[in-house]
Amino acid sequence: MKEITGAEIVIRSLQAEGVEYVFGYPGGAVLFIYDELFKQKKVRHILVRHEQGAAHAADGYARASGKPGVCLVTSGPGVTNAVTGIATAYMDSIPLVVISGQVPRRAIGEDAFQEVDAVGVTRSCTKYNVLIKRVEDIAPTIHRAFHIAASGRPGPVLVDIPKDITAELCEFAYPKSAPQLRSYNPTAEGHIGQIKKAMALIKKARRLMIYGGGGIISSNAAGEFTKFCEELGAPVTNTLMGLGGFPGGHSQFTGMPGMHGTYETNMAMQHCDLLLAVGARFDDRVIGNPEHFARESRHIVHIDIDPSSISKRVRVDVPIVGDVCAVLKKMRELLPKHPPDAKALKEWWKQIAEWQEKKCLRYKKRAGVIKPQQVIEALHKITGGDAFVTSDVGQHQMWAAQYYAFRKPRRWINSGGLGTMGFGLPAAMGAQFAHPDAAVACVTGEASILMCLQELSTCKQYRLPVKIVNLNNRYMGMVRQWQEFFHGNRHSESYMDALPDFVKLAESYGHSGMLVEDPADVEGALRDAFARKKELVFLDFVTDQNENVYPMIAAGKGLSEMVLAEEL
Amino acid sequence: MLMENEPGALSRVANLFSARGYNIESLTVAPTEDPTLSRMTVVTAGDDAVVEQIMKQVNKLIEVFKVSDITEARRLERELMLVKVRAEGGEARAEMERLARIFRGAVVDVSPDSYIVQVAGDRKKLDAFLRAAGGANILETVRTGVCAIARANGKGK
Repeated sequence: MKEITGAEIVIRSLQAEGVEYVFGYPGGAVLFIYDELFKQKKVRHILVRHEQGAAHAADGYARASGKPGVCLVTSGPGVTNAVTGIATAYMDSIPLVVISGQVPRRAIGEDAFQEVDAVGVTRSCTKYNVLIKRVEDIAPTIHRAFHIAASGRPGPVLVDIPKDITAELCEFAYPKSAPQLRSYNPTAEGHIGQIKKAMALIKKARRLMIYGGGGIISSNAAGEFTKFCEELGAPVTNTLMGLGGFPGGHSQFTGMPGMHGTYETNMAMQHCDLLLAVGARFDDRVIGNPEHFARESRHIVHIDIDPSSISKRVRVDVPIVGDVCAVLKKMRELLPKHPPDAKALKEWWKQIAEWQEKKCLRYKKRAGVIKPQQVIEALHKITGGDAFVTSDVGQHQMWAAQYYAFRKPRRWINSGGLGTMGFGLPAAMGAQFAHPDAAVACVTGEASILMCLQELSTCKQYRLPVKIVNLNNRYMGMVRQWQEFFHGNRHSESYMDALPDFVKLAESYGHSGMLVEDPADVEGALRDAFARKKELVFLDFVTDQNENVYPMIAAGKGLSEMVLAEEL
Repeated sequence: MLMENEPGALSRVANLFSARGYNIESLTVAPTEDPTLSRMTVVTAGDDAVVEQIMKQVNKLIEVFKVSDITEARRLERELMLVKVRAEGGEARAEMERLARIFRGAVVDVSPDSYIVQVAGDRKKLDAFLRAAGGANILETVRTGVCAIARANGKGK
């Protein structure tokens, strides 16, 4: 067999994995790999403007497409710049394969130029990482990396490749079947005994609440989940990571849970007698203080592919370890033998309806001032609730989650776990590559957008028609809101002074910009922007400076301790 | 725990303990009869919920093949200790030799004014030896940390 270079093996391996796009940035340690990229057409390289953008773009691509995202960075600062993006993907269980260059083997440990211990630096924010030491290990390691990244609870895998290996020669044969790893074997099928126990609880339940998380999205179980929920007839909530796992406009959907969740959902989470948790992890932003959460007497069934997510913050009664989709299928098969109590369910909905009467997401419109919520509602209307919406982190993120009413999975793309400002724009690029003809909006704020702004240049290079919806309130809104609530309204460093003229800024990158200041213009501006199918449009909405996100539960409080807008 | 005998596996386990705020009281690791696997024994502290989480988190590491909690199991536990003790004058030297014998240890190195005593056993026995020798007589202590094995009929969790 003909021998080829390590660099060519890298590219041939990516081709064998069916990789469409690699998001990256060249540098010394990866020059042989870039040379091989240049010589072929199958794998398309997307040149970002900062490695953080590469990792976020690969992440956005993965979330929107369901396939692993791939990025390629050089050694040293290349990989440290990518760390925020890797940690973001790790917290949200997103499959990424990150290939990083490393200094030549003989130089490792000598503080060589652009040397950093990439495996050490990324150890706690990757599912797996490895430094390759021999050219013949490149293909099997990349093969294993894709398998580990995408299977079980997905996550990022980093493969660090010293430069000298990429120039060495070796025969190439890509493994055909999935790698057999004796120490890694995620459970797919749920234990039937546990599933039966869960069904028995469902049959007995009088007040069932269904709580679905990001696991529904990553296991592609939205269809199965929606059907099961409809068969059960119970109220359903989706976490920030699970939005779109159940249709947002559905009559059984009660809105998001948690810190900025709806009143009815949080009350139902607290007062149900059976909580069915599906691919969700009882995050602190969802259940608040676990001691307050556990106070009411109720049973909890928890389906999750990761055993370490079960009974981590809240002790559960019936754990089911397995792939959400496979377990739900099995449960649906057994459902006819365990029909839910229809009479009790009716009573339960009466109670839910009472809570819904609070209309906790109502907000007051003001003449002459754009309310941020109103922009999101208009965005929903113009895009038919069908756009891929990415966001950054803060108030705008919560408003997008509360008011967009996602109808389908993989449409809502945000950094839920790590809370990474700067995620939205590069993630939108990844989503647009995954779905070139779809409407992609990046809902952001004037503080977040400045964190990865350089990617406007990437958008121009690849003609990505992303629509940037900037909710510009001239504050780091969520910081300002917390300062208002918990720090005597002292706005310590949360005011965004000296902001750029975003319209001119967008124009300087060769895009269009629109300044929108009048509430009457919101819909028209969005309609106009989305009609421009080939252009990136930067919509700068000047919004109410003092608007807060409601309802709100303070950190460390219980779910029944909500603050509603009307109570202030 | 049994894990792949690969570079980085040890640091991954150690890193997990520090990243998630678990204690390590002692940690020993060495290859097994199968040279591709290493056996690691970790002594840690925590309530049942914490230990359950530690087990799950460690199990989640890709290189970890098998984890057992042998706290409650019938098990053999051994630790090796080398202690440099003061041994000056005939009476003191004879006393130290006697003490080593009582603990089934041995004097493995001799100098005009000190001995090195080797003692093996569980942690309590080694602690007892140090107490018996008397703090003032101890010049230096080196302990390997605990390694343990479940007995044939002792079930680990």
